[in-house]
Amino acid sequence: MSVKIITGNSAAALGAKICKVQVISAYPITPQTSVTETLSQYVEAGDLKAEYVRVESEHSALTVCISASTVGARSFTSTSSHGLLYMHEQVHWAAGSRLPIVMCCVNRGVGAPWTIFNDQQDSLSQRDTGWIQLYCKDNQEIIDTVIQAYKIAETSYLPVMVCYDGFLLSHTMMPVDIPKEKDVDKFLPPYKPYLSFSKKEPINVNPVVFPWKREDSKGVVRDGYMELRQKLNEALISSKDTILNINNEFNKLFKRESAGLIWEYNTKDAEVCIIGIGSIASESEEAADLLRKEKIKVGVLGIRCFRPFPKEEIVSALKNKKYIIVFEKAVSYGFEGIVASEVKSALYDGGIKTPLFSYIAGLGGRDVKPSDIASEVKKALLEMKKKNFKNQTKWFGC
Amino acid sequence: MPDKLFKIEKKEYLLPGNRACQGCSLALAYRYVLKALGKNVIYTLPASCLTVVYGLYPISSVDASLINCTFPSCAASASGIVAALKALKRDKDTNVVAIAGDGGTFDIGMQALSGALERQTNFIFICYNNEGYMNTGTQRSSATPLGAITSTTPFLTKLEPQKDIIKIVEAHNVSYVASSSPAYPKDLYDKLVKAKGIKGSKFMHILTPCPPGWGFPINHSVKIAKLSVDCGVSVLFEIEDGKFQFTGRSKFLAEKNKKKDVTEYIKAQKRFDKISDSQIEDFQKWVDMRWKNYLHRNNAS
Repeated sequence: MSVKIITGNSAAALGAKICKVQVISAYPITPQTSVTETLSQYVEAGDLKAEYVRVESEHSALTVCISASTVGARSFTSTSSHGLLYMHEQVHWAAGSRLPIVMCCVNRGVGAPWTIFNDQQDSLSQRDTGWIQLYCKDNQEIIDTVIQAYKIAETSYLPVMVCYDGFLLSHTMMPVDIPKEKDVDKFLPPYKPYLSFSKKEPINVNPVVFPWKREDSKGVVRDGYMELRQKLNEALISSKDTILNINNEFNKLFKRESAGLIWEYNTKDAEVCIIGIGSIASESEEAADLLRKEKIKVGVLGIRCFRPFPKEEIVSALKNKKYIIVFEKAVSYGFEGIVASEVKSALYDGGIKTPLFSYIAGLGGRDVKPSDIASEVKKALLEMKKKNFKNQTKWFGC
Repeated sequence: MPDKLFKIEKKEYLLPGNRACQGCSLALAYRYVLKALGKNVIYTLPASCLTVVYGLYPISSVDASLINCTFPSCAASASGIVAALKALKRDKDTNVVAIAGDGGTFDIGMQALSGALERQTNFIFICYNNEGYMNTGTQRSSATPLGAITSTTPFLTKLEPQKDIIKIVEAHNVSYVASSSPAYPKDLYDKLVKAKGIKGSKFMHILTPCPPGWGFPINHSVKIAKLSVDCGVSVLFEIEDGKFQFTGRSKFLAEKNKKKDVTEYIKAQKRFDKISDSQIEDFQKWVDMRWKNYLHRNNAS
């Protein structure tokens, strides 16, 4: 065991280093900047043998990773907020290309107006891009998830976004057990690209594709655009098992107890279940403790894996609950909280009609204290018990 | 020049059945680009006419490896390939070539291009310039010349002269800059063979006349390309470590003082149907100014 007290950003950079990433490309944006600063120190000091491409924009940062990964190099980038949104075209392109890129998204609110502080609007708004999205609740999970992410990505040929809350985790020191490089080497084999540029046969990567199937020059029928999209979706859905298996393997090897898709806190006998993603979910654990002292049976369900969405797992965790309350740091304007929508959709398919309230909370870095969560839960319970469902989406503290 | 033509690589990389329009001078130019650069090249290409020339999956008309990339990202994509090859220790035997149209160079690709040049990325960037968004149906780009009708300048014509891309490229620390024409394949070929042997960022500009976009008969592509050189709209030159030299036909024109005026070139194309006399005058001034500057630089070195 080698425990160090480090920030979330240091944990992310160390994770990438331990995975021996071969190409790094990034552009500065608060609060992810120190990830890439730390990595450039590793590279310049000779501690990490990687090509570091200091690009002129986030769009180019992800482009570099895309082309480098296509050629066969393990690639890493990190960004936040507007940086991620500026990449958006490439975020789609990376997934469409089925490339195992790992990107840390240090969650930050989105302008206008400007904010540099935390919420999860940035990564949650990238929901439909075809990336695996994993959310961390503390700094230990950040380093562990980066390492797992490469194995998940390179097994399923899908890009993985490792998301964690800006400042709350990125700039907060916590004790982190750093996995040994030789153990990670055993866990994570070298990246094997599915394309080869070294053979005599030339390849044309990502040309224009018809909507329908078409024969190649040898008479073999190849996929059309629709089939390729279906395969991407199927790969995402089946990556659930990959994520679970790799998490189990990691837990055994490195003596961890972290969850693969969702985690639960005191949910067994709970009547009320709070749902959250990232650090707001770990804050909710404290809120649940406070409520338990008042004899209210509250548990917490944390969503670690947002894409693929762990529908079955969430349904089975919520089966016997009486009330569900989602706390989330994002909103789908014109409707409701993004996470709340996803949970409701899963419940509908699972035939569950449990009352669900949701809170849009902590946008642009607004403080969310466990005691405030607890008092809002109590208020929501009163309304639900009175069957007052007029206002199911609430703005926390507004 | 023509006596050496036999030295050009015999292998054909651009295969029959490609999807270029009839009379496409890009196809002609690209045939020689591929021959000059040979094997062990990874090309990268953003959305453009050339994407179409390559054909539709799962059939490809080019016997060379290509990574397609998004419209703004060509030079960044090349940077990624270069970085990966270096990281994988395969950079000694593989060349990286970015090729984009004028949209992917002058306009949406400019930021990535500037970044890659500033980083002195070891690659060749080729801009084939057909002076507009021809693949999407002839819209105005910043490479469209003054007085040209496009589908987004339909009545008034383009009211501004084009960007001087060479000046922009030269403002970076590039090892080699050249301009050539599909009408002079040997000139094009030799420059690319040279560029291949130079380290750092190399930039190649090729003015590629476009029959449907410019409005001339499909069998006049080479004629128009030659005219463009004769009147100094397209100039054959190379700049090595800042030293400017005319080459081929342009060298001849400069030495004999035989550069034509632009009238014949303009009259031969329907896109200039609405150009006014004063616009022709301004067009001529723009060409002459640049030519004078090139002459000055040529004589200085």
